[in-house]
Amino acid sequence: MNILYGLIYLLLAPIVGGIIIGLDRKVTARMQGRVGPPIRQPFYDVLKLFEKEKLAVAPSQNVFVLGYIIFMAFAGALFFSGGDFLLVIFALTLSHIFLVLAAYSASSAYGFIGAERELIQLMAFEPMILLVASGMYLATRSFYVSDIVGTAKPLILLLPGLFLGLLFVLTLKMRKSPFDLSTSHHGHQEIVKGITTEFTGSTLGRVEIAHWYETVLIMGFVYIFFGFSMPLALAAVALTYFLEILVDNTYPRFKWHLALKSAWLAALVFGMANLTVLWYFVRGGP
Amino acid sequence: MAYLKKSPWILHYDGSSCNGCDIEVLACLTPMYDVERFGIVNTGNPKHADILLITGSINEQNIEVVKNLYSQMPNPKVVVAIGICATSGGVFRECYNVMGGVDKVIPVDVYVPGCAARPESIIDGVVKALGILEQKKTEMDKKR
Repeated sequence: MNILYGLIYLLLAPIVGGIIIGLDRKVTARMQGRVGPPIRQPFYDVLKLFEKEKLAVAPSQNVFVLGYIIFMAFAGALFFSGGDFLLVIFALTLSHIFLVLAAYSASSAYGFIGAERELIQLMAFEPMILLVASGMYLATRSFYVSDIVGTAKPLILLLPGLFLGLLFVLTLKMRKSPFDLSTSHHGHQEIVKGITTEFTGSTLGRVEIAHWYETVLIMGFVYIFFGFSMPLALAAVALTYFLEILVDNTYPRFKWHLALKSAWLAALVFGMANLTVLWYFVRGGP
Repeated sequence: MAYLKKSPWILHYDGSSCNGCDIEVLACLTPMYDVERFGIVNTGNPKHADILLITGSINEQNIEVVKNLYSQMPNPKVVVAIGICATSGGVFRECYNVMGGVDKVIPVDVYVPGCAARPESIIDGVVKALGILEQKKTEMDKKR
């Protein structure tokens, strides 16, 4: 474990995450034939939110949102300092539970639906990411991110199915179409802004910063499959994000039934098949 | 440094307009005008919005709706009345159910007349509103 990398993550992830979201908005605009906002626009948005009046239906929501950002930063710092991958997953889940609690506390219809859909999204995401962790363990005999990323084995060749499955569920975590069920980047939809409807000003700003932390963390999930070669890994991360934007712009939103079924199906088909084959070879054949 | 001017989020409400001005408001978001260049986003949520765009006159049915939307927006906030109906009631001024312009119910900061108001003049009105938004911010800070 190397605490220094974790500290660097805590300081730089909001900046890197903000730039990634800015590039995302620019590329999305170009895909739609628009000029798009400047790349630093997400920073303007968040700084503006901190200038606004603080309004809260229930003050407890501010505490829960603080829990969301703290556990998100903790999960990311643990991941980047090479800590236990399983603990990273559990901290990530816990942070989302805090967000769900925040949305529930406002007792608003839109926040309520957003919170329920967020729980469904968690249910859809969780099996796949746990299979990824077990696949990593089978391949490297360790749950520690430092061992996983430090291995000379080309993990992507050992775990191609798990990678494909992870790509599928990453869309859930990035809140992108077709899985932007709990909140959407564009207003004027059936759930208004879903889980973030009742958050204003600095509280909404904190949710946004937590999302930046999360974006960098899940790009880290992609990175560890290519730990043996840094240039290849960075190229894979960039390509993955581009594909996510492409899918975001070409797919309408799924209903929650379809989102849950398809995510579990992806976990079952890609994840379990990959694990079974890997298990067979790790055991040394028949 | 005020970042309000760099990221104004908009809430759009149709009072009782013929939909002409609404189409022009939405035209501002299309590739032709693309107001997202300036960080302007149509939020559809009063709690996230900085600027309230209202098209159409105020009638007996939507007085409470407009008041509610306005009071849910966090300060500082500005209201832009778009089109002649929102400005003064327009041709519907004499109708038995029409109160008149938006300023009968909530304070309006910028009037954008026209039937329908053109996208260029709507963008111009929003830019004027940004100046007022910044003024309101400095007043808000003084009060603190």
